[in-house]
Amino acid sequence: MRRRDSLKSLLVGSVAGGLVLKGCSPGEQPQQEQEQTAAVQHYGRTPEEKLRDEKLMSEQFFTEEELATVAILCDIILPAEADLGSATDAGVPDFIEFIAKDMPNHQLPLRGGIMWLNNQTNERFNLDFNKCAEQQQIELIDEIAYPDQAPENLKHGVVFFSLMRNLTLTGYYTSEMGIKDLGYKGNQPNVWDGVPQEVLDEHGLSYDPEWIARCVDQDKRNDTAEWDADGNLIT
Amino acid sequence: MQIIETPETFDVIVVGSGAGGGMASKILAESGLNVAVVEAGPTFDPKNEEHRTQLKWPWESPRRGANSMRAFGDFDSAYGGWEIDGEPYTRKDGTEFDWFRSRMLGGRTNHWGRISLRFGPKDFKRRDIDGLGDNWPISYQDVAPYYDKVDKLIGVFGTKENFDNEPNGYFLPPPKPRLHELYYIKGATKAGIPVIPSRLSILTKRINQERGTCFYCRQCSRACMQYADFSAGTCLVFPTQRAGHSLKVFTNAMVREVLTNDEGKATGVSYISKDDRKEYSIRAKVVVLAASACSSARILLNSKSSRFSNGLANGSGMVGKYLHDSTGASRGAIVPELFNRKTYNEDGVGGMHVYTPWWLDNKKLDFPRGYHLEIWGGMGMPSYGFGFNASDLNSQFGGTVGGYGSKLREDVKKYYGAMIGISGRGESVAQESNYCEIDPEKVDQYGIPVLRFHYKWTDYERDQAKHMHQTFEQIFEAMGAKVLGDTPGKDKDYGLAAPGRIIHEVGTTRMGDDPSKSVVNKYLQAHEVDNLFVVDGGPFVSQADKNPTWTIMALSWRTSEYIIDQLKKQNI
Repeated sequence: MRRRDSLKSLLVGSVAGGLVLKGCSPGEQPQQEQEQTAAVQHYGRTPEEKLRDEKLMSEQFFTEEELATVAILCDIILPAEADLGSATDAGVPDFIEFIAKDMPNHQLPLRGGIMWLNNQTNERFNLDFNKCAEQQQIELIDEIAYPDQAPENLKHGVVFFSLMRNLTLTGYYTSEMGIKDLGYKGNQPNVWDGVPQEVLDEHGLSYDPEWIARCVDQDKRNDTAEWDADGNLIT
Repeated sequence: MQIIETPETFDVIVVGSGAGGGMASKILAESGLNVAVVEAGPTFDPKNEEHRTQLKWPWESPRRGANSMRAFGDFDSAYGGWEIDGEPYTRKDGTEFDWFRSRMLGGRTNHWGRISLRFGPKDFKRRDIDGLGDNWPISYQDVAPYYDKVDKLIGVFGTKENFDNEPNGYFLPPPKPRLHELYYIKGATKAGIPVIPSRLSILTKRINQERGTCFYCRQCSRACMQYADFSAGTCLVFPTQRAGHSLKVFTNAMVREVLTNDEGKATGVSYISKDDRKEYSIRAKVVVLAASACSSARILLNSKSSRFSNGLANGSGMVGKYLHDSTGASRGAIVPELFNRKTYNEDGVGGMHVYTPWWLDNKKLDFPRGYHLEIWGGMGMPSYGFGFNASDLNSQFGGTVGGYGSKLREDVKKYYGAMIGISGRGESVAQESNYCEIDPEKVDQYGIPVLRFHYKWTDYERDQAKHMHQTFEQIFEAMGAKVLGDTPGKDKDYGLAAPGRIIHEVGTTRMGDDPSKSVVNKYLQAHEVDNLFVVDGGPFVSQADKNPTWTIMALSWRTSEYIIDQLKKQNI
């Protein structure tokens, strides 16, 4: 019951607006709802940071054609699967557009890399990459997707595709869809009370009873701490 | 809070609102004194929706939490970093020093690791042990009562271990170790290296009705909206103000100098308002500097007058000297038993649940000072950089490197949470030849002459870093982990981090009994100006291998009581 109270107390008066938790009965994961309006979407920016974000948002780095190439590559790297969306479903091209403006060191390798792809497909198929058939695109990608196996003369493409793969994976796994796919379960109020027993068993590990005896008793976490004169906790 | 030029005279001005300044302002204001805190940055309260980053998801940042704006990423609660626009610093003779500043109410306490270690009896008397550097003019017994008070006021979890030179305290109970920490315990134990519960100022248990308890989101670096971790704003400044004590905070106020009168007493400070770029002055009976070791030294060196041509309180020439940071080296490893982990919420507290204090005898080693080990790992929340080179590890553990499609999703999940890391944080030997001084040519955007650094590590620190890596490898091997990367050699200073990177810089206004060799006395009172005090890390004679915050707060409390007493006796 105390745990329940503490989770409740966490909400009352602490987070004015914004965050509401429900259904915190013991053993049940608290559910989180974001009450957000488009006008109020804070993530703790200082006024200077806010200005820079707005400036970057108002600019456009990629041309439409380049953005189309980015989207094709994103979905080659992470296509949709049975119950999972693709990288573009997770909004990864928008993220790559933003990060190119945020980290200008990415701009030349991305723009140049896209052009390198076009140079290759023009040479091979007399077509820009975007216009190639899927099979033609994959033929080229297969040659640059495996760093250990790629021929020397395609190393420039390997470097570019590795960058695209990095940005696509990071964009996807930091999206709502990607985090769900990964199985990350945190970033919410919780009461940590040790590694689940079945996980300990699976790893052949156990807690040292003497160690654990001194750890926090989560049922008493809301009792105000008091010590005796020797520094022993008595509550 | 709007800054207004005021004719009001304060009893005390405290420059800076971090660990030292926050504590001084609380103790002084609670005693009935009228206190002004002058802070170079804006106000900050993690409970404020516009400031809060806690519990934000990576996608709420368009750069997914990357560090293009803040050194430790978008969600980290430090306004500032090693580089700040318009506030440069320089380096001398090709040497290295990186200076981290956090411009906000609470300073760096809003994002720090909350590792709250007392210095032990030996840490105050290192010269007696190895003949290097100097002893402090005080001993552990002088500080112990204040450590006790800080423990009870702020809250720190840990365990009574009776471990050599790691004093016991008034601890809250620690959280249970996480899976990667159990692997660490297994490896270290096998390697004969001790492990104990860590000591962090995070409330695993309630200490009062004003602050909440930890809800285990692992985000102390974002500052806690429950006030369940220690930040100077949430735990010292706000409660003092709420209790109705006279504590006025001037924000966005960049102190330029300490003002003095003809008798050589401090009369107040002058500051540049960042809001209107005009200069203001505030008067007080006592001035307490807590701007951080290097900022306080900078203010003193810039406080030149005909009487103090060398800078204020600097007759000894020691202001800025003996600058020293903790040493640091880190290594990561992969634990194959952790491949394809079952996922569950293991966020825990914002930092390690276990650690290794210094356990060896330097007399038997080729370097004079110790280090402790910090442990990291687990299934953390992804942010920018997650998934980079996801399949590179396949070259060591089987599978194709690179590629695309479903395979990548499998690679990512295979290695998620399988990495464990150890960082060594050690004590360097303070050197007079490592210092900050005023750059003779450059000013910042407020027209204030900037600092110039001169800093070189010695073999004491390099050999210690070499030993750290030997320890890392020993523990990793014992736990069956595959060490990543090559052992850094001599050409790389054995992996020793550049000075300033560990952000424990101290020593620039060191304390001592001899006014020709030190800046402040054992009460942190300037030898030459009796109503001027320094309560940040500047007065440290030596750093210990402990994080400095707990000692800064204990000493600041002690000095605040001294100031109250001296004012009562009309000595200052």
